[in-house]
Amino acid sequence: MSLVIWMPLFGAVFLMLVPKDFVAVHRYGALGISILTFIASLSLYGAFSSGTFHFQMVEAIPWISGLGIQYKVGVDGISLWLVMLTTFITIIAVWFSFYVGHRAKEFMVYLLVLETAMLGVFCALDLVLFYVFFEATLVPMYFLIAIWGGEDKKYASVKFFLYTFLGSIFMLIAIVALYFISAEKLGKGTFDLVALQSLAAQGDLAALPIQLWLFAAFAVAFAVKVPFWPVHTWLPDAHTEAPTAGSIILAAVMLKMGAYGFLRFCLPLFPDATIQAAPLLMGLAVVGIIYGAVMAAVQHDWKRLVAYSSVSHLGFVMLGLFSLTHNGFTGSVLQSVNHGISTGALFLMVGMIYERRHTRLFSDYGGLKRQMPMFAALFLIVMLSSVGLPSMNGFIGEFLCMLGAFQAGFEGRAGIPLWMPVVAGGGVVLAAVYLLWMFQKVFYGRNDNPENKRLRDIKPWEQLLCWSLVLFVFWIGLYPKTFTDEMEASLNGLRHQVLQQPGLRPQWADTSIDVNARGDVVQASNRDPNNPGNWTQGKVLVPADHQVRSEQVAARSERE
Amino acid sequence: MGSSGLHPAAIDWMALGPLIGVCLTGVVAMVLEMWRPRMNNNGIVGVCIVGLLVSGFLVIANWNRPGGESFGADYSEANGAVGNLGLFINDRLGQVIQLLIVGITLVTVLFSEGYLREKRLPFGEYYPLVLWSAAGGMVMATTRDLLIFFLGLETLSIALYVLAGLSSKERRSQEAALKYFLLGAFASSFLLYGIALIYGATGTTHLSGIAAIANTQPESIATFSVLYAGIGLVLVGFAFKVALVPFHMWTPDVYQGAPTSVVGFMAAGVKVAAFAAMLRFIDVIVFTSSVWITVLAALAAVTMTIGNLIALAQKDAKRILAYSSIAHAGYILVAVVAYGASKSGPYEPLGQSTVAYYLAMYGFMTLGAFAVLSLTGRDGKEGSTLEDYYGLYRSAPFPAAMFIVFMASLAGIPLTGGFLGKFLIFRDALSVDMLWLALLLGVNSVISVAYYLRIVQAVCTEEPGVVRSRFAPVNAGLFTACAVCAFLLIAGFVAADPLFDWMGLSAPGASVVAGLPGR
Repeated sequence: MSLVIWMPLFGAVFLMLVPKDFVAVHRYGALGISILTFIASLSLYGAFSSGTFHFQMVEAIPWISGLGIQYKVGVDGISLWLVMLTTFITIIAVWFSFYVGHRAKEFMVYLLVLETAMLGVFCALDLVLFYVFFEATLVPMYFLIAIWGGEDKKYASVKFFLYTFLGSIFMLIAIVALYFISAEKLGKGTFDLVALQSLAAQGDLAALPIQLWLFAAFAVAFAVKVPFWPVHTWLPDAHTEAPTAGSIILAAVMLKMGAYGFLRFCLPLFPDATIQAAPLLMGLAVVGIIYGAVMAAVQHDWKRLVAYSSVSHLGFVMLGLFSLTHNGFTGSVLQSVNHGISTGALFLMVGMIYERRHTRLFSDYGGLKRQMPMFAALFLIVMLSSVGLPSMNGFIGEFLCMLGAFQAGFEGRAGIPLWMPVVAGGGVVLAAVYLLWMFQKVFYGRNDNPENKRLRDIKPWEQLLCWSLVLFVFWIGLYPKTFTDEMEASLNGLRHQVLQQPGLRPQWADTSIDVNARGDVVQASNRDPNNPGNWTQGKVLVPADHQVRSEQVAARSERE
Repeated sequence: MGSSGLHPAAIDWMALGPLIGVCLTGVVAMVLEMWRPRMNNNGIVGVCIVGLLVSGFLVIANWNRPGGESFGADYSEANGAVGNLGLFINDRLGQVIQLLIVGITLVTVLFSEGYLREKRLPFGEYYPLVLWSAAGGMVMATTRDLLIFFLGLETLSIALYVLAGLSSKERRSQEAALKYFLLGAFASSFLLYGIALIYGATGTTHLSGIAAIANTQPESIATFSVLYAGIGLVLVGFAFKVALVPFHMWTPDVYQGAPTSVVGFMAAGVKVAAFAAMLRFIDVIVFTSSVWITVLAALAAVTMTIGNLIALAQKDAKRILAYSSIAHAGYILVAVVAYGASKSGPYEPLGQSTVAYYLAMYGFMTLGAFAVLSLTGRDGKEGSTLEDYYGLYRSAPFPAAMFIVFMASLAGIPLTGGFLGKFLIFRDALSVDMLWLALLLGVNSVISVAYYLRIVQAVCTEEPGVVRSRFAPVNAGLFTACAVCAFLLIAGFVAADPLFDWMGLSAPGASVVAGLPGR
């Protein structure tokens, strides 16, 4: 586990020691390290068992024990895929960065440091450790934009840094506040997510007004990252100005840190506040979907269009998340991965053409299909997957998100009105509009720009990069079960953690309970220590479809 | 002072060892300077490094020896206060601060020589002055007697007045020295007047006198008003020295004008010594009235906000760092306030570890930053506008990389000690119910990022324009200084646990640190 997290960093240190003139060493070294990391993360997948919602492969070492800070990492069904996505996308980013000639050594070092930080974010089970990694991602990304970015890099990089930092500093204060709350309840403060969640499960962590404040402090940090409208404005700038590898990683992985943060911290720790805030956040997600789509439709800049489409797509992720339904959750995590693959691929392919022509304006292109048939075909696939064409990954993710949202809307769950998913549905149509329009502008029409005449089709290694992503586009699109099976238990556990009343919420700390395949919370005995997903089912404690308590919470909040 | 005369007691030479070591090294360096073998300062630098290392070892040798105050007149009988009081105190806070000052001085000496040569300031007396100034700081940190504290402060300051004006060819250095001297004298007079008033009210210059009077029934309103006036004036003196708003006006000009190595020492050393002394002062004044905590909290709030906001508008790297040091004084003051409030209020006691830790981290990140900035000094000239640093990463990749660490630490970004320091301050502020200060500190951290990024951008990303900036070559001293500072910042973060144990400044019996069950 730790090996996966720290391998890129050690690689980076190694590369730092190699003089900068050995560019090939840096390139192939970084590629080798990222591939090794991916292989190591595959072994995580191999060791992972889908039968439990508890964290697996947990490693805990006291770090600053005086403050109750631990080095504690582990994965569950939610983070597993994001870890895999990170290690996979990093290979793509590193390989494509062979194009970088200016300060190539530093570029590779920053990429690898960034990978360690991102993996740490997805694996950390201690709030301070999480914050450390969360912030640590900013520094390398800042430099990637500030040194290798486009014309407006200065502005974009500072804006990116400030927005994220502004959001997260209040999370830090909330984290410290949680420490004091736990110190009051347990007699000893802790930042351990598992211990804090136990408190939350018993309804002891914080009462509603305070819980809402704490939720807000966390939510702002993640909302900036997702990004929610109206704190999304850093995104188009950062994505557009970043070098291709930076854009890929930003879109594919770093945006997911926001969604992941909600799933991992906000929901289990502040369930009551989550239910209260769900309509608001869902409303913002809907605004983001429509706003992002409309903005994307009026861009002249290739990269900016993709960037705004991210705002729109991440809106769907949030829509599914705050529907607080099983389908919604599944869609949300799956769509996170999907967006990483599709948008990552879009940025990658935009980067390929940018390396050849050094312009991103649509007006400079047209009729490329004739000269670059393979590129056009691959682009078409990726673009359609982003639109959400059935049989491709985007369809599954968006469909599940919408399904969850409609389910919540019909039930009036957590006070979510039906019009929200209806309006959000319009975003799917708009996505088709702007993406098809983009494709038309670039690949069809007349090729009347003489600069473009010399363009040839993309090279085999570039095709390999694209094909590897396209593989997952169809894999997830045709057989999502490979991916959703691993998440089931974790997402069911999470749903019960949010929706049940105090006392019925399953605790990560309590290994004598677990979630079965139907989604019931049951007693678990005879747990196999070597395979935590292997246990014997006992009494059903909370049935899967146990009456959700949103109405009760709503009533209670009215009384207060 | 005590009336019944001094009874000469056995002097604890061991406890005085570090102080004597530093002073003596200064003297040797001075003698060597007159002799000047081979017409350069290498010998002096060598002597200083050895002397400082020895002093540092002496501090550590003292670590577990029984502490207490020595050189005491018998105040105790005169004032009915109990305990062994004296002019010199050998306790853990004093030792930690001494070690810190020795470390800061060592790093300063390491990178000074190259800089001074490039600036054509080959003055050997630089080193004895730095050492004596450090000795003054060590005195400040190891006494609870206000007069001795004042003595230490003056020793520290007078040496710095001279050092600030070292580059006598530059007008701005002259200006800095004069300004520093005038305002420093101003502050000293405040301080002295305050000490006199406290003496008038309590009959002693020892801090225990204040504690004693606070515990007794008020004799008269007049006594208390004199005491309060005295405490207020002493606080103003402190505020000048550590550059709290609105007593900060001298800082940017002095930081901009004085030689960079001096500024580094000034920013790190003076703050460390002054805050350590302030901690001892706060220890007793919180029992006189709760108003001091309120006043200091307000000062902290104003200081960090104003410091950060003005820093945003600066175009000169040294001025930016000057305002950043003002802001950091505000952050440290938050920790000091929380410490004071926890002592007097109904809270769990907080140890001095937060302040000590933050001072240590702050000292090394500031010093490191100035060490890197000193690279623009070349051929007797030095620029410090942001443009002057364009392309620094090219000619000095290692210092530029370390500069990222220093700036990240100043901004409070993880993997550096600056982050953990800020984290501890948040914790302390919340534990004494000062959420508003914590939130304000959070907002300020965000503001500060904006200007730290500008310097980082200048140093690490910008390409030089038409006029190519020229930088001094990186010598071994500067390289080591950067490496040591960065190592300490990262080690202070990663190995915080053993560090806190070793410092042993955490509150005894507090559950927050050290007193946890099972430790």
